[in-house]
Amino acid sequence: MARILSILVGLFFTVALAWSLGLGFYTWATEPAQPTAEHEFHEHPKHVSFASDGPFGTFDKQQLQRGFQVYQQVCAACHALKHVAFRDLEKIGYNEPEVKAIAAQFQIPKYDEMTGMVETVEGTPTDYFPPVMYAGQGSPPDLSLITKARHDGGPYVYSLLTGYQDQPAELLKHFPEAKTPDGLYYNPYFPNLNLAMPAPLMEDMVTYSDGTPATVDQMAKDVSAFLIWTAEPTMDKRKQTGWPILGFLLFATILGYMSYRNIWANKKH
Amino acid sequence: MAEEDGVRRRDFINVAAVSAAGVAGIGVVIPLVSQMSASADVLAASTTEVDISSVQTGQAIKAIFRKQPVFIRNLTQREIDAANAVDAASLRDPQTLEERTKEGKTNWLITMGVCTHLGCVPLGAGEGEPRGEFGGYFCPCHGSHYDTAARIRKGPAPLNLQVPDYEFTSDTVVTIG
Amino acid sequence: MSFPWAKEYTPSHPFMKWMDERLPVPRLVYNAVGGGYEVPRNLNYFWNFGFLAGLCLVLQIVTGIVMAMHYAANTEVAFDTIEHTVRDVNWGWLMRYAHANGASAFFVVIYVHIFRGFYFGSYKAPREMVWLLGVVIFLLMMATAFMGYVLPWGQMSFWGAKVITGLFSAIPLVGEPLQQWLLGGFAPDNAALNRFFSLHYLLPFVIVGVVILHIWALHIPGSSNPTGVEVKSESDTVPFYPYYVAKDGWAIGVFAILYCAMVFFAPNYLGHPDNYIPANPMSTPAHIVPEWYFWPFYAILRAFTQDFFFIPAKLMGVLAMFGAILVWFFLPWLDKSPIRSSSYRPLYKKFFWFGLIPTMAVLFYCGGAAAEEPYVMISQIAALYYFAHFLIILPIVSAIEKPKPLPFSITEAVLGKDEDAKLEPSA
Repeated sequence: MARILSILVGLFFTVALAWSLGLGFYTWATEPAQPTAEHEFHEHPKHVSFASDGPFGTFDKQQLQRGFQVYQQVCAACHALKHVAFRDLEKIGYNEPEVKAIAAQFQIPKYDEMTGMVETVEGTPTDYFPPVMYAGQGSPPDLSLITKARHDGGPYVYSLLTGYQDQPAELLKHFPEAKTPDGLYYNPYFPNLNLAMPAPLMEDMVTYSDGTPATVDQMAKDVSAFLIWTAEPTMDKRKQTGWPILGFLLFATILGYMSYRNIWANKKH
Repeated sequence: MAEEDGVRRRDFINVAAVSAAGVAGIGVVIPLVSQMSASADVLAASTTEVDISSVQTGQAIKAIFRKQPVFIRNLTQREIDAANAVDAASLRDPQTLEERTKEGKTNWLITMGVCTHLGCVPLGAGEGEPRGEFGGYFCPCHGSHYDTAARIRKGPAPLNLQVPDYEFTSDTVVTIG
Repeated sequence: MSFPWAKEYTPSHPFMKWMDERLPVPRLVYNAVGGGYEVPRNLNYFWNFGFLAGLCLVLQIVTGIVMAMHYAANTEVAFDTIEHTVRDVNWGWLMRYAHANGASAFFVVIYVHIFRGFYFGSYKAPREMVWLLGVVIFLLMMATAFMGYVLPWGQMSFWGAKVITGLFSAIPLVGEPLQQWLLGGFAPDNAALNRFFSLHYLLPFVIVGVVILHIWALHIPGSSNPTGVEVKSESDTVPFYPYYVAKDGWAIGVFAILYCAMVFFAPNYLGHPDNYIPANPMSTPAHIVPEWYFWPFYAILRAFTQDFFFIPAKLMGVLAMFGAILVWFFLPWLDKSPIRSSSYRPLYKKFFWFGLIPTMAVLFYCGGAAAEEPYVMISQIAALYYFAHFLIILPIVSAIEKPKPLPFSITEAVLGKDEDAKLEPSA
């Protein structure tokens, strides 16, 4: 009885699935899904390597400082960095007076209890990067976590910054309706191919204090490295803590295995 | 003989394995304990700037330093004289007003607003609040009386109100911490 | 109950004797995981996963309590408090990654543990209760993990909460009000976040309670073993301490190495990037997926794309998703074969290795893939087999199968014929 009941229940689910499968297959076979421009022309991030890659990688502080320079002089006009405090910049090699000077270049909104007004004051090291009032359309995302919030974060940012191009003729031929609308810019590394941000980097936009030539490629790489850091400033510490712990665990596990062999030595199992 | 050595070696391995587990246990405890101590943002936010230009003689204001009140009092001449009239050696926590203020700024008494007994905020800094039997501050929780130099004179508190590290960055601005 | 030859607890120190007469906790521990618990000598490494699961539960509770010390369940700040924990709290990054990856580790361990139960027939009499309580633990774990994933209030948190509570809206008549009741509103917001936090903190302790029952029920008949033959004599068993303490001990080492490798070198590998974007009720991520450990069930949910007679596809999917786990409750009665271990069941073994295992692998893969062809069709085939396996194949196979001969005893299985067994000094 129980067996018959279970077979009936089983048939209920399997027949329902077979029904879904059959109709789904029919639709799929008769009306194949139309390819879309995104599907055909979206590209995965370029291969690019950063000093912080891999289990042994550590941040290149010189590069992070260059990246910060690019952020401050280019990106900061539209993109905030709300999870990062100025004091954090000491971790990429700036000393205390330098951090104070950087902080003072930013205006921080402060609520004044006495007057009930929000006034802006010069930043101090304990302040966080201030919100950015963006007057244009859409709201540019906060960049603190951008490299963690995108697949293959660092290479994605780098590819996006260096990936602007004219829409391929091939695309327009097959998908005339996917023509980039006015006010948007074509970039195959962006998920839906068109984004509101124009190409932000131009040759020699920034004068690096360490004399590195500021090519678009260099700036894109540096700012991507900086944004990998802002997403996880503790990454170096994480990896440096990991190795001794893994080493110790390996040692302890070998001891544990030897002890296990010992205890079971006279016991066949 | 060889048999005995074998046994000892085996015991040693077991002891070593258990010890390694113990070391691992201690290693796990370290981050679990230290995560509770002050975080980086709390430690970093430990200076406060106060504008004292509007504090008239005889008035006091409260500021916030490390999430706790600081009393900034502009002493009157009478209060300074009253504080100096006391023999410091006779006090529970012997200190003179000079030791508790900056040179040339003896009228600026800057102390933590935290009673040294159990941490209540003493009265006396606000307008119209009772100032205790010695004309300084009075802690209502357990009745500690502080004098015009914020020294403990009567009641259970063991120490004078603490003077934080501070400096005058200009004539009208004090940086505490 | 235990076997007659199990050693009795004898307190050696006067204090322990004093304690034993008043509150016999040492005796309880001795009989549960000490020298007083006699265990089959032939357990393989699959039997380590129960102990590891217990370890994972402790790990999650400890790191979870730490996370709660720095977290605030408010939609305005929840995301930021976690970032604050990771960036500024001492070892906060470690606690966060340990907790997030700990959930994955817990599910890896529990899936192996369940697989062990399936293959070696651990659910059969007299251990049905152990199995049933285990399924309850699994359901509680899923609820806990789901609510925990909502707490960071990222994009996946928000949309996960919306979609999963949306499942309940499929229930006829009471669905909509039920969903509103679950969320305390029309969409996930502060009310939902706060109750999820409260329950996420509570449920692990409920799990601890059920785990105690699970272990209690296990200790009545004692552990099963890879042959499925019940313990017959003293030479079949060894005391848990020191034998299985040593074996679990080094297994913990291996587990810790793999776990730490994840935590320290690939902490975000199993997470979804979208959960590093703060929740935005106005914009759904392009591709909503739950955490990996829900993928098989998510695939089953999505496999139902057509209304079936008068039952809407949505309701069908929800029924099937819950049914896929609820069917486990009936396993002891669906599989009537008296043979526990699949090693001695030639026919069932084929269905197990060439049916159930590939099906689960496919469901895992399709649940994580986008909801487009061919993945939907593949998961429909897999889900079809899944239900057929448990509800049709298993009852029939267990009735018609001719099993291979079982060894006479565990000792015989380990040492060969009885003559050799006699040479073995008894424990």
